[in-house]
Amino acid sequence: MELFTPDFGLVFWMFVAFILLFIVLAKWGWPVIIKQMEGRADAIDKGVEYAREAKQQLDNAKESAQQVIGEAQAKQAEMLREAAKMKSQIIEEAKKEASEEARKVMEAAKVSIEQSRKEAELQFRNEVSKFSIDIAEKMVRNQLKNDEEQQKLVNKMLDEIEKN
Amino acid sequence: MLVSILAIPFSAKASEEEKGKVDVKENIFHHLGDGYGWEVPFSHTYRIPLPVIVRAEDGSWHCFSSGKLIKHDEEIDPESSKTHVVSVPQIVTIDKDGKPAYQFVLAHTSKHKNKVVQLLPTSQGEQEEAMKIASSQNDEIVDGFVKFDGKYYKEYKPFDISITKNVLALFIAAALVTWMVMGLVRFYTRKGFKAPRKGMGFLELCVDFVYTGVIKSTLGDKAPKFAPYLLTAFFFILTMNLLGLIVIFPGGANLTGNIAITLVLAVMTFVITNIHGNKHYWKEIFWPDVPLLLKFPIPIMQVIEVFGIFTKPAALCVRLFANMMGGHMIVITLTLLIFIFAAYGAAIAGVSAVVSLIFSIFMLALDTLVSFIQAYVFTLLSTIFISMAVHEEHGEHHEAHESETAVAPKIS
Repeated sequence: MELFTPDFGLVFWMFVAFILLFIVLAKWGWPVIIKQMEGRADAIDKGVEYAREAKQQLDNAKESAQQVIGEAQAKQAEMLREAAKMKSQIIEEAKKEASEEARKVMEAAKVSIEQSRKEAELQFRNEVSKFSIDIAEKMVRNQLKNDEEQQKLVNKMLDEIEKN
Repeated sequence: MLVSILAIPFSAKASEEEKGKVDVKENIFHHLGDGYGWEVPFSHTYRIPLPVIVRAEDGSWHCFSSGKLIKHDEEIDPESSKTHVVSVPQIVTIDKDGKPAYQFVLAHTSKHKNKVVQLLPTSQGEQEEAMKIASSQNDEIVDGFVKFDGKYYKEYKPFDISITKNVLALFIAAALVTWMVMGLVRFYTRKGFKAPRKGMGFLELCVDFVYTGVIKSTLGDKAPKFAPYLLTAFFFILTMNLLGLIVIFPGGANLTGNIAITLVLAVMTFVITNIHGNKHYWKEIFWPDVPLLLKFPIPIMQVIEVFGIFTKPAALCVRLFANMMGGHMIVITLTLLIFIFAAYGAAIAGVSAVVSLIFSIFMLALDTLVSFIQAYVFTLLSTIFISMAVHEEHGEHHEAHESETAVAPKIS
């Protein structure tokens, strides 16, 4: 049957056509297309990878910025707290110092007052004793105008001493 | 594509005989076979003339138009008394030194039916002898003779490399593939790294599908070496398959359903496979790893393996041929049903026309799918045969791994 027996003419032309087509496409066709396709696939892969990395970096940057801001805020709060603390401490210290100073002044005043008082007392005593001696001298001079009187006094004093 | 699907039943209808009697077998083989001219759409008589190139008995080459083989006569139909044009074969005479020397004719009643044969000078006695043989064997066909115009002539089947319908279709398909591929290449050179869209995008998709999906995943790092052949084969087969489904002029030739075409393709794969076959491949054939008794005193395995070398491409050849021819045959048969049933009255003819049409459209849609599948299968099997021939034992894991990484980004 005609269909099942290959016709020589057709085999010949098929061979020629196929070889020509193959030569043309193998030289100028397929390598270019394959190279282009693979190149593009690579470029896309690289692009995707690059974008992914960039996103990652961006995320990282955001995160670190957030962190920095947080840290700064924490530091700020810390500093504020410290300042407040320092303020109160200074006030406290100042108060303490002031009271101490006041106390010292008071103390000194007290001491000087005491001293003055003592001095005054001493002076007063000296004067009182001087007066009293004077008075006693005068009294004694008056009383000792006679011998009897003098004897009486001496006895009385001696009695006093004996009693003691 | 849709146009072609719709066109086949109509044009087939137009090209069938309008008279009523239908020679089914003749019609099927006419449509599946080759011819010296290309049918003009909607005409049964006229053909687009193509060059006939033959080598006569004395070794001289002759080229003439196939239009000369046929002359158109007006004939009056005895029943309806309408005139219609019929084609009648006629002798083409070519002169040499001013004298008629070579006679060619399109054989009808001969061993070489529908082929151009050379008529040799035949004496009266030889003619009568042939007549006698014909009547004694009760068959008009006599070996070595062609019957033309009621007379027997001695015939010579010339060496025939005519540009027949199939050959022209072959050139058209090759030109189409070149145009498509070079179009894509031109796009690349012009647009650089831009991705092609639409038709070119689809072409690139097909290339990628075959190259990455089949060739690279099977051949690994040897892929670039064999890719040009395999891709050329895929696109050539695909184009021929699809062109075959288009009924009118640039298509309609049953190329891949012709064993000559598939034979050449299979031989190509055979040659490439065996030329590039490495030590390992030949060792598997002549000294396979089987028990000694299977290969030593009687070379059973060797015989089987050597046989296998030839059956593999033979299967390739027959698979493509049978699939495509089968598809065409079914569509033609379904269409012919309309004309067979036409004899049973208008109602039956109408119903059968509708049913046939639906089935034909379905079959053509299926054939479109089969066109892709068969082109793919041919390429896939060729790739596997080549990879078996060039395969190295140690490289397996490496190759498999590489192909995986190559496919992975595509999928994602």
